[in-house]
Amino acid sequence: MTLARSRHPYATFATALALVFLYFPILVLVLNSFNASRYGATWEGWSFQWYRILFSAHSRDIWEALQRSVIVATFASVVSMVLGTGAAWVLHRYRTRLQQAHFGLIYLPIVAPDVLMGISLAIFFVALDVERNLTAITVAHITFCMSYVSLAVLSRLQDFDLSIVDAARDLGANRWKAVWLVIVPLLAPGILAGGLLAFTLSIDDFVITFFVKGVGSDTLPLKIYGMTKHTKEMPVINALSTLLLTFTFAIVWWVQRLPRARAGAA
Amino acid sequence: MSEKASAKKPALHGRYGEWWQTAPSFGWLLFFFAVPTVLIIIMSFRPAGDYGGFAKGWSLKAWIELGHPSYPMIVWRTIWLSLVATVICIGMGLPVGYLLGRAEPKFRAVLLLLVVVPFWTNFLIRVYAWKVLLHPAGFLRHFLISIGVIGDDTLLLYNEWAVLLVMVYAYVPFAILPIYAAAEKFDFSLMDAARDLGASSIQAFWLVFVPGVQRGLMAAVVMVLIPSLGSYVIPELVGGPAGEMIGNKIAQRVFVDRNWPHAAALATLLMLVTLLPVAFAYLQGRRESVPSGEKKGGRP
Repeated sequence: MTLARSRHPYATFATALALVFLYFPILVLVLNSFNASRYGATWEGWSFQWYRILFSAHSRDIWEALQRSVIVATFASVVSMVLGTGAAWVLHRYRTRLQQAHFGLIYLPIVAPDVLMGISLAIFFVALDVERNLTAITVAHITFCMSYVSLAVLSRLQDFDLSIVDAARDLGANRWKAVWLVIVPLLAPGILAGGLLAFTLSIDDFVITFFVKGVGSDTLPLKIYGMTKHTKEMPVINALSTLLLTFTFAIVWWVQRLPRARAGAA
Repeated sequence: MSEKASAKKPALHGRYGEWWQTAPSFGWLLFFFAVPTVLIIIMSFRPAGDYGGFAKGWSLKAWIELGHPSYPMIVWRTIWLSLVATVICIGMGLPVGYLLGRAEPKFRAVLLLLVVVPFWTNFLIRVYAWKVLLHPAGFLRHFLISIGVIGDDTLLLYNEWAVLLVMVYAYVPFAILPIYAAAEKFDFSLMDAARDLGASSIQAFWLVFVPGVQRGLMAAVVMVLIPSLGSYVIPELVGGPAGEMIGNKIAQRVFVDRNWPHAAALATLLMLVTLLPVAFAYLQGRRESVPSGEKKGGRP
């Protein structure tokens, strides 16, 4: 759609500007990852040296941090999916005082600033004298992730006909069979969408982890933060970011294609 | 829906079914969210320990220390930067949300993807990308000096404007998505009707579309304002001492002086500042009594 022929010239123009704004810094970063110059101020020719450093033994701790991030995000999203789906189910099923309070508890972590959750959990963990290892980080992540799963599942439940559960029970399914064979499959898209969001939020989280973590349990965002403090390592971050970006693009593209491919198969 | 739920014969639970089913998520959030939050408020009334942490007894010292002349300025900066960032994000979100709502499905899918991808990119990396871009030795500054827009001594980094710019950059998808969610349900034939009745397209946009997506706007305001008020990473990386916000002060008190009561008082203050828009949005949502999952519309 060209600008001149668009039916909404102003909106199209504003959107184009917004997209330039969104992608310009990312583009510069990607270009700089191939820039021979250490400071990225000027173009000094193509180079793959930053990628070479990234994959050398020198950068082993980056990959260890990535590994930790993936472990935390996996556990956090799985537990969030279980707790969040359960929460959405009862919130939808009952309209009681208890559920009003329950909904408040689900809603508030979403709107609470990260800094607040970070500092309160940090002080809480210190007060309880628990070791601030990967488990502590995972617990913190579950706390801010499960609400998102709940909301995703709740919106799926909106057009869910509760009477099919009664139907399943009438046809002889016991409680667990009704849950596993009827409710969970029907809610699966919501649960998965929520789980995916939880995974992204967890792997992306810096602030809460920063407050909660102890010594030696840096996740990837913390490692990147550490590197931004040293100008020497800047180009290596560019290279790492470019790889992560490519990976994100690939995943998003694949996820977007998923429903279409399935629709085509049906 | 409630009629259905309260049907005589419950399908999935015994007498205490609701309690048992509510317990896991309720218990988790009570223990790891509500209790620590209350703990922070209590902590702000404790005296600071001699070697960091806190001591026994009660004290208002942490709160009195907030009267230090540097704080009102930081609180004020936090509020105005967040408000201006919210206004700019809404200003950008409106046309983009509008176009997303009107675009043909194929173009819409591509556009939506383009809006979402930066949002899926590591937050720290996006902020860092600006730090590189605005760097004193970076090409953007050299370019702006060479065309005479800024003087030789102007720094793009380490001031309030850098914080504002990056806040808008980081949070604008939070504004676009809820506005789009509302625009998708908006009946665009209303705008044609307005134009048939003599309104210009600009008038139709402001007087018909904008009020029509009001709920999306509300969600967008909350989604941008709250993280802005609680910013930590952005001012830390691009703000420097001249761009510090409440979040930075909290971290300094925790990590530098280890003065917990002081950090807790600052955190409580931030809580109060953010609670206002949340309470407003929550009441608004309850009043419209929409099914609970929907009114957040925000994050995908």
